[in-house]
Amino acid sequence: MRVRIKFTKTGSMKYIGHLDTMRFFQKALRRAGLDVAYSEGFSPHIIMSFAQPLGVGVTSEGEYFDLDMKSLMTSEQMIQLLNAQMPEDISVLSVVKIPEDKANKCMTLVAAADYIIRFKDGEELFDSLKDKLEEFFNKKEIVVLKKTKKNEKMTDIKPLVYSRKIGDKDIFLKLSSGSVDNLKPQLLLNAFFEEQGIKPDTIKLAIHRKELYARKNNKFIPLCRLGEEIK
Amino acid sequence: MRKLALSEEILMQVEKPERYIGGEWNAVMKDKKDVDLRFAFCFPDVYEVGMSHLGIQILYDMFNKMDGVWCERVYSPWVDLDRIMREKNIPLFTLESQDPVKEFDFLGVTLQYEMCYTNVLQVLELSHIPLHSEDRTEDDPIVIGGGPCSYNPEPIYRFFDIFYIGEGEVCYQQLFDVYRECKKAGKSRREFLKEAAKIPGLYVPMFYEPSYNDDGTLADFKPIEKGVPEKIERQIVLDFEHAPYPTKPVVPYIQAVQDRVVLEIQRGCIRGCRFCQAGMVYRPLREKPVEHVKSLAQGLISCTGYDEISLSSLSSSDYEELPKLLDYLMQICPDQGVNISLPSLRIDSFSLDVMSKVQDIKKSSLTFAPEAGSQRMRDVINKGLTEEDILNGAIEAFKGGWNKVKLYFMLGLPFETEEDAKEIAYLCEKVAMAYYDNVPKEKRNGKVSVTASSSFFVPKPFTPFQWASMAKEEEFREKAHTVKDTIRQQLNQKSIHYKYHDPDESVLEGVFARGDRKVADLIELVYRKGAIYDAWSEQFDHQKWLDSFEELGMDPYFYTNRERSTDEFLPWDFIDIGVTKEFMIREWERAKKGIVTPNCRQQCSGCGARKFGGGICYESKN
Repeated sequence: MRVRIKFTKTGSMKYIGHLDTMRFFQKALRRAGLDVAYSEGFSPHIIMSFAQPLGVGVTSEGEYFDLDMKSLMTSEQMIQLLNAQMPEDISVLSVVKIPEDKANKCMTLVAAADYIIRFKDGEELFDSLKDKLEEFFNKKEIVVLKKTKKNEKMTDIKPLVYSRKIGDKDIFLKLSSGSVDNLKPQLLLNAFFEEQGIKPDTIKLAIHRKELYARKNNKFIPLCRLGEEIK
Repeated sequence: MRKLALSEEILMQVEKPERYIGGEWNAVMKDKKDVDLRFAFCFPDVYEVGMSHLGIQILYDMFNKMDGVWCERVYSPWVDLDRIMREKNIPLFTLESQDPVKEFDFLGVTLQYEMCYTNVLQVLELSHIPLHSEDRTEDDPIVIGGGPCSYNPEPIYRFFDIFYIGEGEVCYQQLFDVYRECKKAGKSRREFLKEAAKIPGLYVPMFYEPSYNDDGTLADFKPIEKGVPEKIERQIVLDFEHAPYPTKPVVPYIQAVQDRVVLEIQRGCIRGCRFCQAGMVYRPLREKPVEHVKSLAQGLISCTGYDEISLSSLSSSDYEELPKLLDYLMQICPDQGVNISLPSLRIDSFSLDVMSKVQDIKKSSLTFAPEAGSQRMRDVINKGLTEEDILNGAIEAFKGGWNKVKLYFMLGLPFETEEDAKEIAYLCEKVAMAYYDNVPKEKRNGKVSVTASSSFFVPKPFTPFQWASMAKEEEFREKAHTVKDTIRQQLNQKSIHYKYHDPDESVLEGVFARGDRKVADLIELVYRKGAIYDAWSEQFDHQKWLDSFEELGMDPYFYTNRERSTDEFLPWDFIDIGVTKEFMIREWERAKKGIVTPNCRQQCSGCGARKFGGGICYESKN
């Protein structure tokens, strides 16, 4: 049996790295007393997989992992048991039952992510750059040096920006995400800053991930909606 | 959101920001308005090391259960943050409240190894607390030290207001009561320290003064304040069943060195190895009732969620109820996905049977600690382990499917000859041969692998070797080369890997271990030159130490290489650990003759620990 767990990671928890977040959940699951499944062998471990690592310093209200279980309780019971084991700045939002095949693993499904980006100290600066930002996003192509595990090459990342909105105080971005064409918001904004002749590390950004999506029939669907609530 | 002492900018700049944010599971949060005594507990090393220490977890839990007390943790900032804090003048803070350490009533520092001494100064300075006890004012916390190194506190006497000699469970309540009374009565820091000095087990260095002979040895050591005791007596816990033990240990986010449930099964050791300080200063052996340990085990797994449990003691094989305990753990752990990690057990059929059940034989290695290569040397150090024991253990293990063996040795032990060093190589060869002689070809799981490591012997206070001469760096290197060359001459040399410790660090450790008050100047000077994290090989800067010795006109070999006579007045002689000097002298004489002393379970040797009125001294059948 497999469930998908959605959680938030905010406040000081943004400093906890991806591997440590995994290790945190392994312990929390055991403390919560959920009937999780373990791998075979001499050092059994919990069978779980995360949708998309979250960078250190980034907050989120749309993190996901899939978890194998031996027996289930209701979604509500599991949420309650888990939240009793969460620190202040992590909380479990939903637990849904999902199909067990490989194609439905969150890691495979993830196709897009929503981000909200704020200029940390500088509303004025943000206001002054709004028009330039519009111009930047309206360009036909945005070519940057993109590094992959194997190599680095000049790539047009414009097609990976699915939608964007420059608001009063922040920028909303829907970006391609996942194992194929992952675009980090920092990379996109750094390209903008460089174009403006601003050193990227002089601008402090607060980056917040809102949601992770799968693509189904050309629509983006939040990962938690691809499962059923257990009643 | 909890307030953090460091800005986001700084946290994003340093390696592993998780070291500094606190907020871990089971960390204790209180409202500072609800408490009248705040205790900052420090392990002067990096977070991952400090978080692995059981002693702090025990006292943290005990303090936080006391009315009106809030105990928090603080560790040494890593070198990257250290630099930033100095640059920006950011005061060192505790993890829980993130408040400056300077605001606390007490700063407790656990002293687990000598090489942390410069880090103690780092913690004090970053906390904006004057380094010297005599320069501190009513605005500074009371700085108290404890742990193994406090059995010779003299090399760091100046940096502490109080040293706690013995096990922390015993007299803190009394100290806190005295502190509150003094505060209420408006007494000064000095008046409080005078009251504290009267509590058994507490040593307040500023009330004592040494005098020296012309040759630099200690002539005398006396109280200079009326009413403080001449001798400080070690404090120990006798009733282990009711002694405090943390039921909710703090669980770090980052992987600590000790990333598992740690279950203390006993304190003390029956063995009496003559080089081992722990074996003497934790006497007598006190076992925890197995039912008590069992009940703790499940509770600790449930409230931490760790996937591994380990036993803590100096020699787990000597725990009488070990089979019962392991049976129980093997019953409850696998279903919860919890691994059992076995501490250094004596290798025999019982332990091999247990290990084969809980470990992957193909991947795991077996550890032996013969400590010395020759039987003669093992008798000198009173290591009750014969070559037959080792080879039989290895043969059984090889037959059981293991093919990796680790062997731990010490080099530079008293009365050691070149031949004794060579015997390390011979023993490794015999172990390797035992594999090929006893496991038929078709059953072999590849080649045998023997890893031998040697550390250099550092004489420690309160051991029968406290009078011994410690070898110089060059001798250590020669000995290590002898071992290495001899290994190269063996038939199975390709299966034997040999590693040895850095002799420069060992010699410094030797200076601290048996140092006197003059060593305090050295530690301060080298700290001023920028030394911290000396316990970390990549941070250790030997040149700074050499320069400091020279500048102060100090000779390291006065402390390490000089053999002391048994009537020399030693810097730590004012401490009474309960084990008598007469016993140590007896043991030193027996070592010279290579006579083995029976362990506490076989026969009482009259070490003096019986005076505590408990433990093995009263359980023995003879």
